[in-house]
Amino acid sequence: MLANPYVISLMTIVLLFTFLGQSWNLMLGIGGQLSIGHALFVGLGAYSVGVLYVKYGISPWVGLLTGMILAGSVGASIAWLSFRFEVRGIYFALLTIAAAEFARIMFSGWEFVGAMQGLFFPAPTGGIEISMLRGDARFYYFVALALAALGIIGTEFISRSYLGYVWRAMRDDESAARALGVRTFQHKILVISISAATAAAGGGVLALVQGSIFPDSIMGMGLSVDVLIGPVVGGLGTTFGPLVGSLAAIPLNHLMSALGDSLRIPGLNNITYGVVLISVVWFLPDGIWPAIVRLCKAIQAPPTAWLWQSRKVEE
Amino acid sequence: MTTLLEVENLSRSFGGLIAVKDVSFSLRAGRITALIGPNGAGKTTCFNLVAGALKPTSGRVLLEGRQIDNSPPEAVCRMGIARTFQIVRPMREMSVLENAMIGAFSWTRNVSEARSKAYESLESVGLAAKAHARTDQLTLPDRKMLETAKALSTRPKLLLLDEVMAGLRPTEAAGIVGVLQKLAEGGLTILLVEHVMRIVMEVASRVVVLHHGAKIAEGPPGEVVADPKVLESYLGAGFHA
Ligand SMILES: Nc1ncnc2c1ncn2[C@@H]1O[C@H](COP(=O)(O)OP(=O)(O)O)[C@@H](O)[C@H]1O
Ligand SMILES: [Mg+2]
Repeated sequence: MLANPYVISLMTIVLLFTFLGQSWNLMLGIGGQLSIGHALFVGLGAYSVGVLYVKYGISPWVGLLTGMILAGSVGASIAWLSFRFEVRGIYFALLTIAAAEFARIMFSGWEFVGAMQGLFFPAPTGGIEISMLRGDARFYYFVALALAALGIIGTEFISRSYLGYVWRAMRDDESAARALGVRTFQHKILVISISAATAAAGGGVLALVQGSIFPDSIMGMGLSVDVLIGPVVGGLGTTFGPLVGSLAAIPLNHLMSALGDSLRIPGLNNITYGVVLISVVWFLPDGIWPAIVRLCKAIQAPPTAWLWQSRKVEE
Repeated sequence: MTTLLEVENLSRSFGGLIAVKDVSFSLRAGRITALIGPNGAGKTTCFNLVAGALKPTSGRVLLEGRQIDNSPPEAVCRMGIARTFQIVRPMREMSVLENAMIGAFSWTRNVSEARSKAYESLESVGLAAKAHARTDQLTLPDRKMLETAKALSTRPKLLLLDEVMAGLRPTEAAGIVGVLQKLAEGGLTILLVEHVMRIVMEVASRVVVLHHGAKIAEGPPGEVVADPKVLESYLGAGFHA
């Protein structure tokens, strides 16, 4: 299956958006804070890697770290300002879009980062160079796979730690959590900056995979929506939701996009997206993954069994 | 006998309405005090003021001599005051056990330590058997007990209980009364809002009576129920101690 270059690049995107979805999911699904401007953090990661690499030849590893620190700080600052002035809930979400749009417009006019013309990474030379995160499509597939795996392990780890408990408490009822000693102000800033930093890591790798960065696509509203489709479809607040949701939604989107092209129905993919989203919200309001878990409970199999089974089929 | 909490000339108004008016009382460590008064007397507002959920319009609250009325609720909790909500507020997506664990994270980051504290708290209010239930599977009296367990997990010095025994059958209430008495023997100070006078008479060593936001009486339960002002404003002519 991995011999087909189309499947490899599609799966790379699925896994990268799994990771981005996990980052978003941590913030809303566990921390209870809605962001609809995650493209801001993705874009900061992409530009950190792009600028350092393209302009100065500095390794993307450094770029990823820089992007994570930058996005984490920007996320923390937005959160601090917002909660300091009691902007919360849906108003906080609106603030995240505003911040992302502000950044997109700023980067669109900023010559140093390529403005609207964007930034281009040097064409791959064939060999795999881990120190420069350079390689072929298969190499990036494994990078994305590693990231998604890290995301699953990280989500599980945080979820089972005391952070997971106090974040869920804060998500379910903020003032009741405060009455039980949870310092929600600090915890909201913490979960948002962790989410922002991980989104930046995903953005940096996404930029490398795509080979170019354009402000409208990497920091646009469209990307913010793409980030949240996976966890919403797969199951909010669950560890495997973003993976399952991305596996379901992204190939469908690509398929419909291709079908739309050949049938000359522009926007077929977006229409299908809309229909799928509405159907999921209607029929499986808590997402696909919880539905799989319920099904497996009904037939007495552990919910992860199908993962191993599908892998065995591949081998 | 040391004083744990002092409330000095506490007032709070909402717009034109004065919900709590110049109320002063103090709580002695290890004692159970009841706060009584008709609906709308300002009891819950008093709790909110002590717990840091509301700021007083004037007056002070001191815990072990330290002024706390400028502190946010999470800080007040960490200083040793835990409260229940009259209108219960379970974390809906979390199990009964997980709900009871949250408070423990105010003093530990160790999940298994928090879990064993949560079992202990649930055990003491008789909810241990339902630890793995969802909160929406609990009856209202059980949810009130869960509120109590959540508060106990913070290891408080002072526990504020807002009508937690409402809806319990007399035998169940007697069980909880026993639990509260045992907690008080262990050194916990309790301030409770309770409408059933029989329970108040049984558990409280002191009673504070509020009416229209003001304190109209304070003293041992036997004296308070004999106070003509209390009889008139609250207990009604039909009550005889
Ligand atoms: N947040 C609030 N905003 C406006 N009025 C309030 C608020 N909280 C309480 N009140 C009013 O203050 C008075 C006292 O209420 P409360 O403290 O809940 O009484 P109790 O608990 O003794 O029944 C009532 O008249 C109530 O309507
Ligand atoms: Mg009340």
